[in-house]
Amino acid sequence: MSNADLRDLYQEVIMDHNKKPRNFREMTDANHFAHGNNPLCGDALVVFLKLNDNVIEDVSFQGSGCAISVASASLMTETLKGKTLAEAEVLYEMVHKQMTGDEVDQSAMGKLAVLSGVKEFPARVKCATLSWHTLHAAMDTDHEISATTE
Amino acid sequence: MSVLDLTAIRQDFPILHQQVNDHPLVYLDNAASSQKPNLVIDAVADYYRKDNSNVHRGVHRLSQRATDSYEGARDKVRRFVNAQSDKEIIFVRGATEAVNLIAQSFVRPQIKAGDEILISHMEHHANIVPWQMLCEQTGATLNVIPMTMAGELDLSTLDELLTSKTKIMAIGHVSNALGTINPIKDMIAQAHAKNIPVLVDGAQAVPHMVVDVQDLDCDFYVFSGHKMFAPTGIGAMYGKLALLEDMPPWQGGGDMILSVSFAHTQYNELPYKFEAGTPNIAGAIGLGAAIDYMNTLGIANIAAHENALLVTATEKISVLPGVRVIGTASHKASVLSFMIEGVHPHDVGTIFDQQGLAIRTGHHCAQPVMQFFGIPATARASFAFYNTFDEIDALVGGIKKVQELFA
Repeated sequence: MSNADLRDLYQEVIMDHNKKPRNFREMTDANHFAHGNNPLCGDALVVFLKLNDNVIEDVSFQGSGCAISVASASLMTETLKGKTLAEAEVLYEMVHKQMTGDEVDQSAMGKLAVLSGVKEFPARVKCATLSWHTLHAAMDTDHEISATTE
Repeated sequence: MSVLDLTAIRQDFPILHQQVNDHPLVYLDNAASSQKPNLVIDAVADYYRKDNSNVHRGVHRLSQRATDSYEGARDKVRRFVNAQSDKEIIFVRGATEAVNLIAQSFVRPQIKAGDEILISHMEHHANIVPWQMLCEQTGATLNVIPMTMAGELDLSTLDELLTSKTKIMAIGHVSNALGTINPIKDMIAQAHAKNIPVLVDGAQAVPHMVVDVQDLDCDFYVFSGHKMFAPTGIGAMYGKLALLEDMPPWQGGGDMILSVSFAHTQYNELPYKFEAGTPNIAGAIGLGAAIDYMNTLGIANIAAHENALLVTATEKISVLPGVRVIGTASHKASVLSFMIEGVHPHDVGTIFDQQGLAIRTGHHCAQPVMQFFGIPATARASFAFYNTFDEIDALVGGIKKVQELFA
Protein backbone atom coordinates (compact mmCIF):
# COMPACT_ATOMS: atom_id res chain seq x y z
CA MET A 1 0.00 0.00 0.00
CA SER A 2 0.59 2.88 -0.01
CA ASN A 3 -0.25 4.85 2.91
CA ALA A 4 0.64 7.89 0.84
CA ASP A 5 -2.16 7.15 -1.61
CA LEU A 6 -4.64 6.58 1.18
CA ARG A 7 -3.59 9.85 2.73
CA ASP A 8 -4.34 11.55 -0.60
CA LEU A 9 -7.87 10.27 -0.25
CA TYR A 10 -8.30 10.61 3.48
CA GLN A 11 -6.66 14.00 3.95
CA GLU A 12 -6.73 15.71 7.32
CA VAL A 13 -9.38 18.16 6.15
CA ILE A 14 -11.60 15.32 5.00
CA MET A 15 -11.19 13.41 8.24
CA ASP A 16 -12.01 16.56 10.16
CA HIS A 17 -15.18 17.27 8.17
CA ASN A 18 -16.23 13.64 8.56
CA LYS A 19 -15.86 13.78 12.32
CA LYS A 20 -17.36 17.22 12.69
CA PRO A 21 -19.57 17.87 9.67
CA ARG A 22 -20.42 21.56 9.24
CA ASN A 23 -24.00 22.73 8.70
CA PHE A 24 -25.21 19.28 9.69
CA ARG A 25 -28.79 20.13 10.64
CA GLU A 26 -32.31 20.16 9.45
CA MET A 27 -33.35 23.60 8.15
CA THR A 28 -36.90 24.35 9.17
CA ASP A 29 -37.23 27.42 6.97
CA ALA A 30 -35.67 25.88 3.86
CA ASN A 31 -37.48 26.71 0.63
CA HIS A 32 -35.76 23.99 -1.39
CA PHE A 33 -34.59 20.53 -0.45
CA ALA A 34 -33.92 17.13 -2.00
CA HIS A 35 -33.08 13.57 -0.97
CA GLY A 36 -30.03 11.79 -2.31
CA ASN A 37 -29.40 8.05 -2.16
CA ASN A 38 -26.56 5.85 -3.25
CA PRO A 39 -28.25 2.44 -3.26
CA LEU A 40 -24.93 0.64 -3.74
CA CYS A 41 -23.50 1.61 -0.38
CA GLY A 42 -26.54 2.85 1.48
CA ASP A 43 -25.45 6.49 1.70
CA ALA A 44 -28.49 8.69 2.19
CA LEU A 45 -28.69 12.43 2.75
CA VAL A 46 -30.96 15.44 2.51
CA VAL A 47 -29.73 18.82 1.29
CA PHE A 48 -31.64 21.91 2.47
CA LEU A 49 -31.45 25.27 0.72
CA LYS A 50 -32.69 28.71 1.62
CA LEU A 51 -32.66 30.83 -1.51
CA ASN A 52 -33.21 34.53 -1.62
CA ASP A 53 -33.18 36.15 -5.06
CA ASN A 54 -30.90 33.50 -6.51
CA VAL A 55 -28.49 33.81 -3.60
CA ILE A 56 -27.87 30.83 -1.33
CA GLU A 57 -28.57 32.43 2.01
CA ASP A 58 -28.24 29.16 3.89
CA VAL A 59 -27.45 25.54 3.03
CA SER A 60 -27.34 22.49 5.30
CA PHE A 61 -27.53 18.71 5.14
CA GLN A 62 -28.40 15.65 7.17
CA GLY A 63 -27.92 11.95 6.67
CA SER A 64 -25.43 9.14 6.92
CA GLY A 65 -22.66 7.98 4.71
CA CYS A 66 -19.00 7.18 4.37
CA ALA A 67 -16.25 9.65 5.25
CA ILE A 68 -15.97 10.82 1.66
CA SER A 69 -19.66 11.54 1.18
CA VAL A 70 -20.07 13.24 4.58
CA ALA A 71 -16.93 15.36 4.17
CA SER A 72 -17.87 16.28 0.61
CA ALA A 73 -21.32 17.39 1.73
CA SER A 74 -19.88 19.35 4.63
CA LEU A 75 -17.31 21.10 2.42
CA MET A 76 -20.03 21.85 -0.10
CA THR A 77 -22.20 23.64 2.44
CA GLU A 78 -19.26 25.72 3.68
CA THR A 79 -18.31 26.70 0.15
CA LEU A 80 -21.78 27.59 -1.09
CA LYS A 81 -23.06 29.88 1.60
CA GLY A 82 -23.52 33.35 0.11
CA LYS A 83 -22.91 32.20 -3.47
CA THR A 84 -25.34 32.84 -6.29
CA LEU A 85 -27.04 29.93 -8.06
CA ALA A 86 -24.92 30.66 -11.14
CA GLU A 87 -21.73 30.43 -9.06
CA ALA A 88 -22.98 27.19 -7.49
CA GLU A 89 -23.61 25.79 -10.96
CA VAL A 90 -20.03 26.59 -11.99
CA LEU A 91 -18.68 24.83 -8.88
CA TYR A 92 -20.94 21.82 -9.55
CA GLU A 93 -19.42 21.52 -13.02
CA MET A 94 -15.89 21.89 -11.66
CA VAL A 95 -16.40 19.21 -9.01
CA HIS A 96 -17.61 16.89 -11.74
CA LYS A 97 -14.63 17.62 -13.94
CA GLN A 98 -12.26 17.11 -11.05
CA MET A 99 -13.74 13.67 -10.33
CA THR A 100 -13.59 12.53 -13.92
CA GLY A 101 -9.95 13.51 -14.21
CA ASP A 102 -10.29 16.63 -16.35
CA GLU A 103 -7.92 19.51 -15.73
CA VAL A 104 -9.39 21.93 -13.24
CA ASP A 105 -7.98 25.18 -11.95
CA GLN A 106 -7.32 24.07 -8.37
CA SER A 107 -7.04 27.65 -7.14
CA ALA A 108 -10.65 28.26 -8.17
CA MET A 109 -11.76 25.22 -6.18
CA GLY A 110 -10.82 26.60 -2.80
CA LYS A 111 -11.32 24.08 -0.02
CA LEU A 112 -12.92 21.66 -2.46
CA ALA A 113 -9.46 20.94 -3.84
CA VAL A 114 -8.92 18.42 -1.02
CA LEU A 115 -11.30 16.11 -2.88
CA SER A 116 -8.89 15.82 -5.80
CA GLY A 117 -7.52 12.51 -4.42
CA VAL A 118 -10.88 10.84 -4.99
CA LYS A 119 -10.34 10.53 -8.74
CA GLU A 120 -7.63 7.92 -8.05
CA PHE A 121 -10.34 5.76 -6.45
CA PRO A 122 -13.01 5.36 -9.15
CA ALA A 123 -15.26 3.29 -6.88
CA ARG A 124 -15.52 6.29 -4.55
CA VAL A 125 -16.35 9.05 -7.04
CA LYS A 126 -20.08 8.59 -6.48
CA CYS A 127 -19.56 9.09 -2.75
CA ALA A 128 -18.00 12.48 -3.34
CA THR A 129 -20.56 13.63 -5.89
CA LEU A 130 -23.74 12.47 -4.09
CA SER A 131 -24.19 15.74 -2.18
CA TRP A 132 -23.60 17.78 -5.32
CA HIS A 133 -26.17 15.81 -7.31
CA THR A 134 -28.60 16.26 -4.46
CA LEU A 135 -27.86 20.00 -4.35
CA HIS A 136 -28.59 20.18 -8.05
CA ALA A 137 -31.91 18.44 -7.54
CA ALA A 138 -32.75 20.85 -4.71
CA MET A 139 -31.86 23.87 -6.85
CA ASP A 140 -34.13 22.69 -9.64
CA THR A 141 -37.21 22.15 -7.58
CA ASP A 142 -39.01 23.05 -4.42
CA HIS A 143 -40.52 19.58 -4.25
CA GLU A 144 -39.18 16.53 -2.53
CA ILE A 145 -37.44 14.44 -5.10
CA SER A 146 -34.97 11.61 -5.01
CA ALA A 147 -31.59 12.10 -6.62
CA THR A 148 -30.14 8.70 -7.24
CA THR A 149 -26.63 8.89 -8.54
CA GLU A 150 -26.33 7.09 -11.80
CA MET B 1 -3.59 -27.23 10.99
CA SER B 2 -6.13 -28.08 8.41
CA VAL B 3 -7.48 -31.35 7.14
CA LEU B 4 -6.94 -29.90 3.68
CA ASP B 5 -3.61 -29.47 1.86
CA LEU B 6 -4.01 -25.73 1.33
CA THR B 7 -0.74 -25.27 -0.55
CA ALA B 8 -1.83 -27.79 -3.16
CA ILE B 9 -5.38 -26.47 -3.27
CA ARG B 10 -4.25 -22.90 -3.80
CA GLN B 11 -2.12 -24.06 -6.73
CA ASP B 12 -5.39 -25.10 -8.39
CA PHE B 13 -6.70 -21.51 -8.31
CA PRO B 14 -4.58 -19.35 -10.64
CA ILE B 15 -6.36 -16.10 -9.74
CA LEU B 16 -5.21 -16.27 -6.13
CA HIS B 17 -1.58 -15.75 -7.13
CA GLN B 18 -1.49 -12.06 -7.90
CA GLN B 19 -0.59 -8.78 -6.30
CA VAL B 20 -3.27 -6.16 -5.67
CA ASN B 21 -1.99 -2.70 -4.82
CA ASP B 22 1.45 -4.22 -4.22
CA HIS B 23 0.10 -6.76 -1.72
CA PRO B 24 -0.69 -10.42 -2.25
CA LEU B 25 -4.40 -10.79 -2.96
CA VAL B 26 -6.40 -11.93 0.06
CA TYR B 27 -9.77 -12.92 -1.34
CA LEU B 28 -12.45 -12.90 1.36
CA ASP B 29 -15.49 -12.10 -0.79
CA ASN B 30 -16.57 -15.66 -1.47
CA ALA B 31 -20.20 -15.13 -0.49
CA ALA B 32 -20.45 -12.67 -3.39
CA SER B 33 -18.70 -14.95 -5.85
CA SER B 34 -16.12 -17.69 -5.44
CA GLN B 35 -12.98 -18.29 -7.50
CA LYS B 36 -12.64 -21.09 -10.05
CA PRO B 37 -10.15 -23.96 -10.00
CA ASN B 38 -8.24 -24.99 -13.14
CA LEU B 39 -10.48 -28.06 -13.35
CA VAL B 40 -13.49 -25.80 -13.98
CA ILE B 41 -11.68 -23.34 -16.24
CA ASP B 42 -10.28 -26.22 -18.31
CA ALA B 43 -13.64 -27.99 -18.52
CA VAL B 44 -15.21 -24.86 -19.99
CA ALA B 45 -12.28 -24.22 -22.35
CA ASP B 46 -12.12 -27.87 -23.42
CA TYR B 47 -15.80 -27.86 -24.24
CA TYR B 48 -15.34 -24.86 -26.52
CA ARG B 49 -12.11 -26.25 -28.02
CA LYS B 50 -13.29 -29.79 -28.66
CA ASP B 51 -17.02 -30.40 -28.28
CA ASN B 52 -18.89 -27.13 -28.89
CA SER B 53 -22.23 -27.65 -30.66
CA ASN B 54 -25.89 -27.65 -29.75
CA VAL B 55 -27.43 -30.24 -27.44
CA HIS B 56 -30.39 -32.60 -27.86
CA ARG B 57 -30.76 -32.15 -31.60
CA GLY B 58 -27.79 -33.10 -33.71
CA VAL B 59 -26.99 -36.58 -34.88
CA HIS B 60 -23.39 -35.63 -35.47
CA ARG B 61 -20.58 -36.57 -33.13
CA LEU B 62 -19.95 -33.15 -31.59
CA SER B 63 -23.60 -32.70 -30.69
CA GLN B 64 -23.64 -36.12 -29.08
CA ARG B 65 -20.55 -35.29 -27.05
CA ALA B 66 -21.99 -31.93 -25.97
CA THR B 67 -25.26 -33.61 -25.01
CA ASP B 68 -23.44 -36.32 -23.05
CA SER B 69 -21.40 -33.74 -21.16
CA TYR B 70 -24.42 -31.54 -20.46
CA GLU B 71 -26.56 -34.43 -19.24
CA GLY B 72 -23.58 -35.83 -17.35
CA ALA B 73 -23.39 -32.53 -15.48
CA ARG B 74 -27.07 -32.83 -14.63
CA ASP B 75 -26.45 -36.23 -13.10
CA LYS B 76 -23.55 -34.80 -11.07
CA VAL B 77 -25.89 -32.12 -9.71
CA ARG B 78 -28.49 -34.80 -8.91
CA ARG B 79 -25.96 -36.76 -6.87
CA PHE B 80 -24.61 -33.57 -5.29
CA VAL B 81 -27.99 -32.78 -3.70
CA ASN B 82 -29.09 -36.44 -3.56
CA ALA B 83 -32.20 -36.06 -5.71
CA GLN B 84 -33.92 -39.23 -6.88
CA SER B 85 -34.06 -38.47 -10.57
CA ASP B 86 -32.27 -36.36 -13.18
CA LYS B 87 -35.74 -35.17 -14.18
CA GLU B 88 -35.87 -33.24 -10.93
CA ILE B 89 -32.81 -31.12 -11.82
CA ILE B 90 -33.47 -28.05 -13.99
CA PHE B 91 -30.57 -25.92 -15.17
CA VAL B 92 -31.20 -22.20 -14.67
CA ARG B 93 -29.16 -18.98 -14.76
CA GLY B 94 -28.88 -18.99 -11.00
CA ALA B 95 -30.85 -19.02 -7.77
CA THR B 96 -32.58 -15.77 -8.74
CA GLU B 97 -34.02 -17.21 -11.93
CA ALA B 98 -35.13 -20.35 -10.09
CA VAL B 99 -37.08 -18.37 -7.46
CA ASN B 100 -38.79 -16.40 -10.22
CA LEU B 101 -39.58 -19.62 -12.08
CA ILE B 102 -41.17 -21.20 -9.00
CA ALA B 103 -43.10 -18.02 -8.16
CA GLN B 104 -44.58 -17.76 -11.63
CA SER B 105 -44.96 -21.39 -12.64
CA PHE B 106 -45.73 -23.16 -9.35
CA VAL B 107 -47.32 -20.58 -7.05
CA ARG B 108 -49.05 -18.15 -9.41
CA PRO B 109 -51.55 -20.62 -10.92
CA GLN B 110 -52.81 -21.59 -7.46
CA ILE B 111 -52.74 -18.27 -5.59
CA LYS B 112 -55.45 -15.64 -5.32
CA ALA B 113 -56.13 -12.36 -3.54
CA GLY B 114 -56.00 -12.82 0.23
CA ASP B 115 -53.65 -15.82 0.09
CA GLU B 116 -50.26 -15.65 1.76
CA ILE B 117 -46.58 -16.22 1.01
CA LEU B 118 -44.18 -16.69 3.91
CA ILE B 119 -40.51 -15.67 3.82
CA SER B 120 -38.08 -14.59 6.56
CA HIS B 121 -36.56 -11.30 7.65
CA MET B 122 -33.07 -12.41 6.61
CA GLU B 123 -33.76 -13.24 2.96
CA HIS B 124 -31.61 -12.03 0.09
CA HIS B 125 -33.49 -9.66 -2.23
CA ALA B 126 -33.67 -12.56 -4.72
CA ASN B 127 -36.02 -14.34 -2.30
CA ILE B 128 -38.05 -11.21 -1.51
CA VAL B 129 -38.68 -9.29 -4.72
CA PRO B 130 -40.08 -12.15 -6.87
CA TRP B 131 -42.67 -12.74 -4.13
CA GLN B 132 -43.51 -9.04 -3.86
CA MET B 133 -44.03 -9.02 -7.62
CA LEU B 134 -46.31 -12.05 -7.34
CA CYS B 135 -48.26 -10.34 -4.54
CA GLU B 136 -48.72 -7.26 -6.74
CA GLN B 137 -49.92 -9.46 -9.59
CA THR B 138 -52.42 -11.44 -7.49
CA GLY B 139 -53.34 -9.43 -4.40
CA ALA B 140 -51.69 -11.98 -2.11
CA THR B 141 -49.95 -10.95 1.12
CA LEU B 142 -46.27 -11.36 1.97
CA ASN B 143 -45.62 -12.43 5.57
CA VAL B 144 -42.23 -12.42 7.26
CA ILE B 145 -40.76 -14.69 9.95
CA PRO B 146 -39.08 -12.34 12.45
CA MET B 147 -35.46 -12.37 13.56
CA THR B 148 -33.62 -11.97 16.87
CA MET B 149 -30.73 -9.64 17.69
CA ALA B 150 -28.35 -12.59 17.35
CA GLY B 151 -29.47 -12.94 13.75
CA GLU B 152 -31.44 -16.13 14.26
CA LEU B 153 -34.99 -16.71 13.10
CA ASP B 154 -37.55 -16.27 15.86
CA LEU B 155 -39.51 -19.45 15.30
CA SER B 156 -41.91 -18.92 18.20
CA THR B 157 -44.38 -17.38 15.76
CA LEU B 158 -43.86 -19.84 12.91
CA ASP B 159 -46.92 -21.89 13.74
CA GLU B 160 -49.19 -18.81 13.55
CA LEU B 161 -47.53 -17.63 10.35
CA LEU B 162 -48.18 -20.96 8.62
CA THR B 163 -51.89 -20.56 7.92
CA SER B 164 -54.52 -22.26 5.78
CA LYS B 165 -53.90 -19.47 3.25
CA THR B 166 -50.10 -19.92 3.01
CA LYS B 167 -49.28 -21.13 -0.51
CA ILE B 168 -45.53 -21.46 -0.04
CA MET B 169 -42.79 -20.88 2.52
CA ALA B 170 -39.59 -19.65 0.84
CA ILE B 171 -36.61 -19.66 3.15
CA GLY B 172 -32.85 -19.25 2.96
CA HIS B 173 -30.71 -22.16 4.11
CA VAL B 174 -27.81 -19.87 5.07
CA SER B 175 -28.05 -16.07 5.38
CA ASN B 176 -25.68 -14.26 3.01
CA ALA B 177 -25.49 -11.18 5.24
CA LEU B 178 -25.17 -12.88 8.63
CA GLY B 179 -23.98 -16.44 7.97
CA THR B 180 -26.81 -17.93 10.04
CA ILE B 181 -27.61 -21.57 9.24
CA ASN B 182 -31.35 -21.86 9.58
CA PRO B 183 -32.96 -25.04 11.03
CA ILE B 184 -34.70 -25.71 7.75
CA LYS B 185 -35.35 -29.41 8.27
CA ASP B 186 -37.54 -28.69 11.30
CA MET B 187 -39.19 -25.74 9.56
CA ILE B 188 -39.98 -27.87 6.52
CA ALA B 189 -41.57 -30.54 8.74
CA GLN B 190 -43.64 -27.87 10.46
CA ALA B 191 -44.85 -26.47 7.12
CA HIS B 192 -45.57 -29.92 5.71
CA ALA B 193 -47.69 -30.74 8.75
CA LYS B 194 -50.03 -28.12 7.30
CA ASN B 195 -49.50 -29.22 3.69
CA ILE B 196 -47.56 -26.07 2.84
CA PRO B 197 -44.80 -26.55 0.24
CA VAL B 198 -41.32 -25.20 0.95
CA LEU B 199 -38.69 -23.61 -1.29
CA VAL B 200 -35.15 -23.45 0.10
CA ASP B 201 -32.73 -20.84 -1.26
CA GLY B 202 -29.46 -22.75 -0.93
CA ALA B 203 -27.16 -20.29 -2.71
CA GLN B 204 -25.04 -19.73 0.43
CA ALA B 205 -25.27 -23.32 1.68
CA VAL B 206 -24.07 -25.52 -1.18
CA PRO B 207 -20.47 -24.21 -1.18
CA HIS B 208 -20.09 -25.13 2.47
CA MET B 209 -22.07 -28.20 3.50
CA VAL B 210 -23.61 -31.47 2.42
CA VAL B 211 -27.14 -30.94 1.12
CA ASP B 212 -29.56 -33.86 0.90
CA VAL B 213 -32.91 -32.81 -0.56
CA GLN B 214 -34.52 -36.15 0.30
CA ASP B 215 -33.46 -35.92 3.91
CA LEU B 216 -34.64 -32.30 4.12
CA ASP B 217 -37.83 -33.25 2.28
CA CYS B 218 -37.95 -29.75 0.74
CA ASP B 219 -40.17 -29.29 -2.31
CA PHE B 220 -37.73 -27.03 -4.12
CA TYR B 221 -34.03 -26.30 -3.56
CA VAL B 222 -32.26 -23.67 -5.66
CA PHE B 223 -28.66 -22.50 -5.96
CA SER B 224 -26.17 -20.65 -8.16
CA GLY B 225 -23.02 -22.14 -9.64
CA HIS B 226 -20.73 -19.13 -9.29
CA LYS B 227 -20.81 -19.20 -5.50
CA MET B 228 -19.61 -22.82 -5.56
CA PHE B 229 -16.54 -22.48 -7.80
CA ALA B 230 -18.45 -22.85 -11.09
CA PRO B 231 -18.96 -20.20 -13.81
CA THR B 232 -21.46 -17.35 -13.58
CA GLY B 233 -24.76 -17.67 -15.40
CA ILE B 234 -25.46 -21.27 -14.41
CA GLY B 235 -27.37 -22.66 -11.46
CA ALA B 236 -29.75 -25.45 -10.65
CA MET B 237 -33.25 -25.92 -9.36
CA TYR B 238 -34.34 -29.13 -7.69
CA GLY B 239 -38.06 -29.79 -7.56
CA LYS B 240 -40.03 -32.84 -6.50
CA LEU B 241 -41.03 -34.76 -9.60
CA ALA B 242 -44.78 -34.72 -8.93
CA LEU B 243 -44.78 -30.94 -8.50
CA LEU B 244 -42.66 -30.28 -11.59
CA GLU B 245 -44.90 -32.50 -13.70
CA ASP B 246 -47.96 -30.48 -12.80
CA MET B 247 -46.32 -27.11 -13.37
CA PRO B 248 -46.78 -25.29 -16.68
CA PRO B 249 -43.61 -24.29 -18.57
CA TRP B 250 -42.17 -20.93 -17.58
CA GLN B 251 -40.67 -19.84 -20.86
CA GLY B 252 -41.56 -21.07 -24.32
CA GLY B 253 -39.16 -21.81 -27.13
CA GLY B 254 -37.05 -24.50 -28.66
CA ASP B 255 -36.03 -27.62 -26.74
CA MET B 256 -39.02 -27.43 -24.38
CA ILE B 257 -41.42 -28.89 -26.94
CA LEU B 258 -42.22 -32.29 -28.39
CA SER B 259 -44.19 -31.00 -31.34
CA VAL B 260 -45.38 -27.63 -32.55
CA SER B 261 -48.19 -26.74 -34.90
CA PHE B 262 -50.18 -23.52 -35.07
CA ALA B 263 -53.12 -25.41 -33.61
CA HIS B 264 -51.30 -27.05 -30.73
CA THR B 265 -47.93 -27.39 -29.06
CA GLN B 266 -47.05 -30.40 -26.98
CA TYR B 267 -44.53 -29.69 -24.27
CA ASN B 268 -41.43 -31.76 -23.74
CA GLU B 269 -40.97 -34.03 -20.77
CA LEU B 270 -38.96 -33.15 -17.67
CA PRO B 271 -36.49 -31.62 -17.22
CA TYR B 272 -36.51 -30.12 -20.73
CA LYS B 273 -39.98 -28.60 -20.25
CA PHE B 274 -38.28 -25.88 -18.18
CA GLU B 275 -35.21 -25.37 -20.37
CA ALA B 276 -36.41 -23.33 -23.33
CA GLY B 277 -33.78 -22.31 -25.84
CA THR B 278 -30.16 -23.38 -26.10
CA PRO B 279 -28.96 -23.65 -22.51
CA ASN B 280 -25.69 -22.55 -20.92
CA ILE B 281 -23.96 -25.78 -21.94
CA ALA B 282 -20.44 -24.69 -21.00
CA GLY B 283 -21.70 -23.37 -17.68
CA ALA B 284 -23.42 -26.64 -16.83
CA ILE B 285 -20.24 -28.56 -17.69
CA GLY B 286 -18.28 -26.15 -15.51
CA LEU B 287 -20.75 -26.71 -12.68
CA GLY B 288 -20.26 -30.45 -13.01
CA ALA B 289 -16.50 -29.97 -12.83
CA ALA B 290 -16.86 -27.79 -9.71
CA ILE B 291 -18.85 -30.58 -8.06
CA ASP B 292 -16.11 -33.06 -9.02
CA TYR B 293 -13.54 -30.76 -7.47
CA MET B 294 -15.47 -30.34 -4.22
CA ASN B 295 -16.03 -34.09 -4.00
CA THR B 296 -12.30 -34.70 -4.40
CA LEU B 297 -11.63 -32.50 -1.37
CA GLY B 298 -14.58 -33.94 0.53
CA ILE B 299 -17.42 -31.65 1.52
CA ALA B 300 -17.08 -32.65 5.18
CA ASN B 301 -13.40 -31.61 5.05
CA ILE B 302 -14.37 -28.31 3.41
CA ALA B 303 -16.92 -27.66 6.15
CA ALA B 304 -14.43 -28.51 8.90
CA HIS B 305 -11.71 -26.20 7.54
CA GLU B 306 -14.11 -23.30 6.92
CA ASN B 307 -15.60 -23.67 10.37
CA ALA B 308 -12.12 -23.47 11.88
CA LEU B 309 -11.47 -20.32 9.83
CA LEU B 310 -14.76 -18.75 10.93
CA VAL B 311 -14.22 -19.59 14.61
CA THR B 312 -10.65 -18.25 14.56
CA ALA B 313 -11.61 -15.07 12.70
CA THR B 314 -14.56 -14.44 15.00
CA GLU B 315 -12.36 -14.87 18.09
CA LYS B 316 -9.63 -12.58 16.77
CA ILE B 317 -12.00 -9.87 15.57
CA SER B 318 -14.35 -9.91 18.57
CA VAL B 319 -11.54 -8.98 20.96
CA LEU B 320 -10.52 -5.90 18.96
CA PRO B 321 -11.73 -2.71 20.63
CA GLY B 322 -14.38 -0.85 18.65
CA VAL B 323 -15.32 -3.81 16.48
CA ARG B 324 -18.81 -5.30 16.57
CA VAL B 325 -19.76 -8.56 14.88
CA ILE B 326 -23.19 -8.47 13.22
CA GLY B 327 -24.77 -11.92 13.27
CA THR B 328 -23.88 -14.06 16.26
CA ALA B 329 -26.07 -17.09 15.65
CA SER B 330 -24.96 -20.32 17.26
CA HIS B 331 -24.87 -22.09 13.89
CA LYS B 332 -23.06 -20.14 11.18
CA ALA B 333 -21.25 -20.79 7.92
CA SER B 334 -18.50 -18.82 6.22
CA VAL B 335 -19.75 -15.29 6.80
CA LEU B 336 -18.34 -12.71 9.22
CA SER B 337 -20.12 -9.35 9.05
CA PHE B 338 -18.76 -6.56 11.20
CA MET B 339 -18.76 -2.85 11.97
CA ILE B 340 -15.79 -0.73 13.01
CA GLU B 341 -16.88 2.03 15.36
CA GLY B 342 -16.83 5.46 13.75
CA VAL B 343 -15.94 4.17 10.30
CA HIS B 344 -18.40 3.60 7.49
CA PRO B 345 -18.03 0.15 5.86
CA HIS B 346 -17.41 1.77 2.49
CA ASP B 347 -14.26 3.41 3.86
CA VAL B 348 -13.23 0.06 5.35
CA GLY B 349 -13.54 -1.49 1.90
CA THR B 350 -11.30 1.09 0.24
CA ILE B 351 -8.61 0.88 2.93
CA PHE B 352 -8.71 -2.92 2.78
CA ASP B 353 -8.37 -2.85 -0.99
CA GLN B 354 -5.19 -0.82 -0.66
CA GLN B 355 -3.80 -3.77 1.30
CA GLY B 356 -4.93 -6.35 -1.25
CA LEU B 357 -7.85 -7.43 0.94
CA ALA B 358 -11.04 -8.09 -1.01
CA ILE B 359 -14.19 -8.04 1.11
CA ARG B 360 -17.75 -6.93 0.47
CA THR B 361 -19.07 -3.73 1.93
CA GLY B 362 -22.67 -2.68 1.59
CA HIS B 363 -26.12 -4.02 2.32
CA HIS B 364 -25.41 -7.42 0.69
CA CYS B 365 -28.74 -7.34 -1.16
CA ALA B 366 -30.40 -7.81 2.22
CA GLN B 367 -31.60 -4.32 3.11
CA PRO B 368 -34.26 -5.56 5.58
CA VAL B 369 -31.43 -7.13 7.62
CA MET B 370 -29.58 -3.79 7.69
CA GLN B 371 -32.80 -1.99 8.69
CA PHE B 372 -33.31 -4.51 11.50
CA PHE B 373 -29.89 -3.76 12.98
CA GLY B 374 -30.27 -0.03 12.31
CA ILE B 375 -27.15 0.18 10.16
CA PRO B 376 -26.69 1.29 6.55
CA ALA B 377 -24.24 -1.46 5.66
CA THR B 378 -21.65 -3.86 7.02
CA ALA B 379 -18.18 -4.99 6.10
CA ARG B 380 -18.34 -8.70 5.33
CA ALA B 381 -15.51 -11.22 5.15
CA SER B 382 -16.60 -14.58 3.76
CA PHE B 383 -14.46 -17.68 3.55
CA ALA B 384 -13.90 -20.53 1.14
CA PHE B 385 -11.86 -23.69 1.58
CA TYR B 386 -8.81 -22.12 -0.09
CA ASN B 387 -8.52 -19.41 2.56
CA THR B 388 -5.75 -19.69 5.14
CA PHE B 389 -5.21 -18.74 8.75
CA ASP B 390 -2.57 -16.25 7.57
CA GLU B 391 -5.31 -14.50 5.65
CA ILE B 392 -7.27 -14.07 8.87
CA ASP B 393 -4.23 -12.34 10.33
CA ALA B 394 -4.21 -10.09 7.26
CA LEU B 395 -7.87 -9.31 7.95
CA VAL B 396 -7.07 -8.38 11.55
CA GLY B 397 -4.15 -6.26 10.32
CA GLY B 398 -6.49 -4.53 7.89
CA ILE B 399 -8.89 -3.60 10.67
CA LYS B 400 -6.03 -2.19 12.73
CA LYS B 401 -4.89 -0.13 9.74
CA VAL B 402 -8.39 1.32 9.37
CA GLN B 403 -8.46 2.24 13.04
CA GLU B 404 -5.03 3.87 12.78
CA LEU B 405 -6.12 5.99 9.87
CA PHE B 406 -9.40 7.00 11.51
CA ALA B 407 -7.91 7.48 14.99
